[in-house]
Amino acid sequence: MELTFYIAAAVAVLATIMVITRFNMIHALLYLVVSFLAVAVVFLTMGAPFMAALEVIVYAGAIVVLIIFVIMMLSLTREDVEQEKAWLQPKLWMGPALLSFVLLAELVYLLVIAEMPAAPAAGSYVDARAVGLALYGPYVLGVQLSGILLMAGIVGAYHLGRQKKKIIHRFLQQQEPQKERSAVL
Amino acid sequence: METATPNYLLIIGGVLFVMLNVAALLIWVERRGLALFQDRYGPNRAGPFGLLIVAADSIKLFFKQDWIPPFADKPVFILAPAIVVVTVLMSFVVIPFAPGIVVADLNIGLLFFLAMSSMGAYSIILGGWASNNKYSLLGAMRGAAQMISYEVFMGLSLMGVVLMAGSFNLSTIVEAQRGMWFVVPQIIGFVIFFIAGIAETHRLPFDVPEAESELVAGFHSEYSGMKFGMFFIGEYMGITLISCMMVVLFFGGWLGPDFLPPIVWFILKTAFFLMIFILLRASMPRPRYDQLMEYGWKYLLPLTLLNLVVTAGVLLWLNDGFR
Repeated sequence: MELTFYIAAAVAVLATIMVITRFNMIHALLYLVVSFLAVAVVFLTMGAPFMAALEVIVYAGAIVVLIIFVIMMLSLTREDVEQEKAWLQPKLWMGPALLSFVLLAELVYLLVIAEMPAAPAAGSYVDARAVGLALYGPYVLGVQLSGILLMAGIVGAYHLGRQKKKIIHRFLQQQEPQKERSAVL
Repeated sequence: METATPNYLLIIGGVLFVMLNVAALLIWVERRGLALFQDRYGPNRAGPFGLLIVAADSIKLFFKQDWIPPFADKPVFILAPAIVVVTVLMSFVVIPFAPGIVVADLNIGLLFFLAMSSMGAYSIILGGWASNNKYSLLGAMRGAAQMISYEVFMGLSLMGVVLMAGSFNLSTIVEAQRGMWFVVPQIIGFVIFFIAGIAETHRLPFDVPEAESELVAGFHSEYSGMKFGMFFIGEYMGITLISCMMVVLFFGGWLGPDFLPPIVWFILKTAFFLMIFILLRASMPRPRYDQLMEYGWKYLLPLTLLNLVVTAGVLLWLNDGFR
């Protein structure tokens, strides 16, 4: 179990690095899916299968929407990928990589000096009931706040997506503007 | 564990073997079935009842030139057909065919199935996008929108069953149906799951991602040879999967009168639903794309939520009596 955890964690980190270094955005998103799947496996090895399933359904499954956004809004071509390559020269990586490395060193240092919490016992098992009790117990405020946020998103999407009803008929079409004008008046 | 290993491998091998062969056999069943329903002969020349058409079709698929268009995105183009087969085959892992005949009796079996079906949406969108072809892309966009939408109702329609059985484990769900099949109290859930299942496998009448009369062949226009075969086989395995799930969740799985062994009951029930899928293809016209989406969001979603709330309320009343 220990080994599967480390393999999954390594895959997650590698896939995430691949996400930020790809020039083609669809490929980057594919690596993001892999990263989420790896995190799901991490959950599974930590004894939380319900969370693992939700991770796949909600996160990994939703990247398809991002892919649609990329296709619809960016309309990528080979030239765009070349352009991206021209913009992202290797020397641009130097600064961020250096700074991140400092942070990484600090993180490793903290992990080394920290008291290792006992690894989750073999018996610790987070099932659907435990997740539900946690969500609707101590974290009920968070659930409701995210619900409100999503509701705002839905209302906004509805507003943006709303269209005036188009009547495709040569006689009715002429009446339509008049009605609208009277509504304005 | 040591003694169980060979048995375990046997089950895995058996499930794989049977599923791949069922998918191949369905080619024949579908073509003969469609012909029967439409008052034609269908393929009846090669072998007894035209059964050798399966061999002919498979050999053709295997040996056709496997062409990758030069304008396609090569790695994604190759990956896409593999995803559909992998996700569908992975879903079969959790299906209990009979007591003891299940590859992995996961506690989250039902969620695993839903997770895999949400992964399956990638094959369409990636296949269509990587083909770099207008028709493919249109089909892919339709397919993605359709699968994301219908996934929502598919998951929600099953929650009534989960509430009644009190578990995500598929074997427990089957055992919970000893008294009564869940299709009786959960008839709305069943109908919605059936409709969502057709949409998820993008079968006719909901095959707008491929819609051959408007989009050539939709998302798999550029595919040929065995890559097309993977989409083809994936679709047949998909309807087998949905049929199995319907049997497990709503029709008591392997349960049935004692004169037949459990596995036979399971196969009979599954075969019945497979025939329904074929009959639907023969009889229903394809809805327009916007009608499909409107139908889903405006009718199925509220109905599913209502079903869920009523089920939960009734269960609460039966167990606690609203103290």
